[in-house]
Amino acid sequence: MPDRRLVTVTVNGHVYKRAVEPRLLLSDFLRHELGLTGTHVGCEHGVCGACTVLVDDQLARSCLMFAVQSDGCHVTTVEGLAPSVDDLHPVQQAFWDAHGLQCGFCTSGMLITTVALLREHPSPSDGEIRAALSGNLCRCTGYQNIVKAVRLAAQRTDGRV
Amino acid sequence: MAGFSPTRRNEDPRLLAGLGSYVDDIDPPGVLHAAILRSPHGHARIRSIDVTNARHHDGVHAVYTAADLGRFNQPAPLVVPHPNLTHGRTQRPLAVDKVRFIGEAVAMVVADDRYIAEDAAGLIEVDWEPLPAVVDFRSAIGAELVHDDVPHNVAARLAQMVGDPDRAFQAAAHVFEEALFIERSCGSPIEARGVVAVFDPRLRTLKVWDATQAPLTIKNGLANMLGLPEFNVEVIAPDVGGGFGTKIMLFFAEEVLVPWAAMQLGRAVKWTEDRREHFISANQERGQQHSVRIAVDADARILAIDDKFVHDTGAYTPYGMVVPIITVTQLPGPYKVPNYRSEFTVVYTNTPCVSPYRGAGRPHGCFVMERLIDRIARELRLTPNEVRRRNFVRPDEFPWDVGLPFQDGAPTRYDSGNYHAGLDLAEQMIDPTAFRADQAAARRAGRYLGLGFAAYVEGTGIGPYEGAHVRIEPSGKVFAATAVTSQGQGHYTSFAQIVAAELGCDPADVTVVTGDTSRFNWGAGTYASRALVTAGNALGLAARAVREKALALGAELLEVGIDDLELGNGRVAVKGAPGRELTLGALATASNPIRYAYGKEANQAALRLVKPREGAVLAAGEEPGLEAQRFFAPERATWASGQHAAIVEVDPATGNVEFLRYVVVHDCGTLINPTIVEGQIHGGVAQGIGGALYERLHFDDSGQLVNASFMDFLMPTAMEVPEIEVAHLETPSPLNPLGVKGVGEAGTIPVAALVAEAVEDALSPFGVRINEMPLSPPRIRELIEEARSYG
Amino acid sequence: MKPPPFEYVAPRTLDEAVHELADSDGEAKILAGGQSLIPLLNFRLMRPARLIDLNRIASLAYVTARDGGLAVGAMTRDATVERDGRVAEQLPLLDEAMRWVGHPAIRSRGTVGGNLAHADPAAELPAVAVCLDATLTIVGPRGQRQVQAEDFFLGYLTTVLKWDEILTEAWYPAVAQRTGQAWLEFARRHGDFALAGVAVSLTVEHDLIERARIVLTGVGGKPFRAREAETLLVGGTIDERAPAAADAVRSAIDPEADIHASKEYRTHLAGVLTERAILVAYERVVAREPAALDVRRSLEHMGRYA
Repeated sequence: MPDRRLVTVTVNGHVYKRAVEPRLLLSDFLRHELGLTGTHVGCEHGVCGACTVLVDDQLARSCLMFAVQSDGCHVTTVEGLAPSVDDLHPVQQAFWDAHGLQCGFCTSGMLITTVALLREHPSPSDGEIRAALSGNLCRCTGYQNIVKAVRLAAQRTDGRV
Repeated sequence: MAGFSPTRRNEDPRLLAGLGSYVDDIDPPGVLHAAILRSPHGHARIRSIDVTNARHHDGVHAVYTAADLGRFNQPAPLVVPHPNLTHGRTQRPLAVDKVRFIGEAVAMVVADDRYIAEDAAGLIEVDWEPLPAVVDFRSAIGAELVHDDVPHNVAARLAQMVGDPDRAFQAAAHVFEEALFIERSCGSPIEARGVVAVFDPRLRTLKVWDATQAPLTIKNGLANMLGLPEFNVEVIAPDVGGGFGTKIMLFFAEEVLVPWAAMQLGRAVKWTEDRREHFISANQERGQQHSVRIAVDADARILAIDDKFVHDTGAYTPYGMVVPIITVTQLPGPYKVPNYRSEFTVVYTNTPCVSPYRGAGRPHGCFVMERLIDRIARELRLTPNEVRRRNFVRPDEFPWDVGLPFQDGAPTRYDSGNYHAGLDLAEQMIDPTAFRADQAAARRAGRYLGLGFAAYVEGTGIGPYEGAHVRIEPSGKVFAATAVTSQGQGHYTSFAQIVAAELGCDPADVTVVTGDTSRFNWGAGTYASRALVTAGNALGLAARAVREKALALGAELLEVGIDDLELGNGRVAVKGAPGRELTLGALATASNPIRYAYGKEANQAALRLVKPREGAVLAAGEEPGLEAQRFFAPERATWASGQHAAIVEVDPATGNVEFLRYVVVHDCGTLINPTIVEGQIHGGVAQGIGGALYERLHFDDSGQLVNASFMDFLMPTAMEVPEIEVAHLETPSPLNPLGVKGVGEAGTIPVAALVAEAVEDALSPFGVRINEMPLSPPRIRELIEEARSYG
Repeated sequence: MKPPPFEYVAPRTLDEAVHELADSDGEAKILAGGQSLIPLLNFRLMRPARLIDLNRIASLAYVTARDGGLAVGAMTRDATVERDGRVAEQLPLLDEAMRWVGHPAIRSRGTVGGNLAHADPAAELPAVAVCLDATLTIVGPRGQRQVQAEDFFLGYLTTVLKWDEILTEAWYPAVAQRTGQAWLEFARRHGDFALAGVAVSLTVEHDLIERARIVLTGVGGKPFRAREAETLLVGGTIDERAPAAADAVRSAIDPEADIHASKEYRTHLAGVLTERAILVAYERVVAREPAALDVRRSLEHMGRYA
């Protein structure tokens, strides 16, 4: 029988207790154990950024963490950004208004990375936006409208994300 | 076309909130997970496979090899046949005896979870006998055989001719020759492939979720292969994280193995492709080598082109020879080429299979043609744009016949366009005169700036046909279904706009359903930049039919003539009589003479039924409801076009290329949603830049893919893709009611050619010539050094 | 791409960690930030029997002023160093190079110690540590020892760490007065491993180079200390000596070829970057306007990527 550890982790404000194998990746834990499928998996080697979440308010590629490592942590996924589809977070709203997504697969990673960026740099230049997003690959948009969305979000939120 | 063009898409809130439903998000109760054992060799014989240890591993439910599949293990259908594909070969779901490319599927493990499945796959013992591999397609003819029964590794040859090229070459003032090489890349969507299958053994129904661009064909094919009636099989393409052609490849091994396993086991089975697998088993594209001659007169007018090329198809030809055929027909581009000979050979190599990737042969053709334009310009001391203008098909010369059949069998006949106006606009935007001054000043300061242009045409919107079903519901919401799926192109919005324009309602009130075979049964799929042209027009026709029914019923209930009515804001109203109106929802309810009243409007309808009357409530041939199904079959492709321009800076010390400006003028006919169109162009350009400067698949001599990861296969990030300025030109298509042309692939087509022209211009003091794609800083340095050593 | 099974321990103290490691007979790997290790596990390129997770050892994460320098605990996140104002002030080279380490999400979990111990031949922090003459502290069952950064790296992914030892700290001496520093690298895409990179530190007296340290990454199995180039610079003016220093680097290195760059290209590139970085470092301390085009371009390049 595989070794299981008890993990107590707060995700989007809810406390979850689960017994997990140490090798279970945080990305798989969030998606399949907790059913939070908004975080996506694109590469499992830490380059595409689709799996990006916040762990204790810091950016983390969830494919490069084990679920056991999140014991005692606070995790924020895309599902935790907005109360509902009708009440979007300002960053999500900006992406909608600026056509900042096409297929939507890289989008949750982009949103989380944007939130982290704006918390630290409320008024980033386009160059700073692009540098901050360079760890998130998108194959659909050519990034242009994503940058536009981040600029729009920055203007509207003034760091309050 | 009048109608509101929103910039916000219907589909976004759900996707933004993390409520998308991609294949790996789907976890039917009790689902088992599959992992595939793949060949680690480019070419090898399988002496034996021992799955004993794998089968006994905890949590493993089944391990299948070719032997276990029995008669099910047939070669996949050759989905796009062609008479010249004399030696087409397709792979079996699991390899028997031999593997012919790294990544070819050899066994499938089904287990409680993917971790265990991979553990068990690692316990399968295969006794391999590695064989010499043919990797470089340029030397494939006459090398070791990829298929024992395919002489010289030649899958197909096709020679075509227009006019009398030999005579034209003899009479020409100038003849130039070029050898051009384009290397393999791949679509690489951020979501890899995936299939989930659920089989109900009691009802004998199969339901499959598949990240495919063609669910209907998959459905019909699976039904056929698995011995089920078509109406017992459902295939759904849910939210799909990018396709780019990679997911139009049909009946890849896992796509048939997973449903088969679900039937065998009576359990739901799921396979989610990981990135390493995607690099070695999903289809790739772009390898061609051209040897081309062009004849021009003293005024730089093209008299003839003679092009021979070799096309790399990889280890099998499941998708036929569509890509090289498109290269041939698209090579002339926007230019008049009165005499043209093309000959190509399709060769096998021990590498993953080749099938269309965004552009699908057009980027290759455009690269060849535009390099020739540059050559002519240089030799005759003209600017490339002057050569372009002298040879463009003129606005008064449409329809323009290239003289060859296109990939759909219909003539390659350009329907409308204005290439001169497009190039003029691109020049206005980039301002070559100002640039030349900047370039000179920069050179004096030791900096190397360059300007490049490229022009292309794109055959879009081919048949065979697509269909649509539109229905107004009692709520007033509109349901619109079609078979073409979306992988992010915004169909849920642009299709809604088309329907809403006809019905006079808000596009946000139109729910578009695509990719679900149980909702619409007829159509081909999303490929070849055809969805808006075909499905869009079918939706327009269906919506118009519904509109007519609504007006007729409104006229009857409001007791006026149809001409006294206007349709807008979701209602039918009597002109000039405020208050005398009926909502679309009310009309929908009234149109269904039902007995049971379930709401206020239904109550009215039911009351009408009990009034005394003579005759049936539905006349012969009349149908209840406000709905219609219509189809659109285009007569032939409709031709979009565009001109790109860019200013680059090349650092000769490092070979680095940076974009300072990037301009696109494009013409996709009538614009339904400019924002979505621009998004498609941005994305296409980004992939084009990837293919021009970053992306390359490195196979070693044994057929191993050395860079099978995102760390070493370099896709551009937000730092490598510039701002792209887009201008629209609209020459409507005469070939469909909406006047639209496709735009999905446009952005990628001219980028390699453009980069070549711009980099050559930047490095013209060094005399660098570019005949290959992709480039890289080390390669640019080599080209500079080579040019220097020639003096 | 799921990792293979392993035993997992997450000790709370350094002593526990040393004990766990000693107990593992060389079959264990240390899990620090995981940004290099976990991809290897997901690709199944590595199958350690046991992972020893150091992330619960709070005492290993710190940035402290000590002995005229800054001590950085091995489990300090790259992002923490990036944000620490003292690093920007006292160790400008480390501050500048840190911005080139991967992407924000990688720096957020990646650790200084993990980066150094992993010893990727194209990484930034090893070359910076050598250039700044950092002192590394290593702890094992036989006690504690210290090693200068230059002696710590042996070759491709190999350091002096024995299988039962843990790197616990990197101490960086404060940079001398009148010192200008620069980090310059060239990668295919922003955040990728460098095709070549160079750390330069120049101490200047009356416009002449008094001391120079030049260390390259990406040109060999370990950081390359360009001693000959350093010697050439000392006692001269920059415009005279920088090209010669670059040539000395080119002659001395023997880089590998790979799919991204040939040996010739890497060699050439190393020289280009060395010359440019020398000029930038010099101009920072002398505070003259960047006259050379190459320098202007380098500064723009850094600005664009930093």
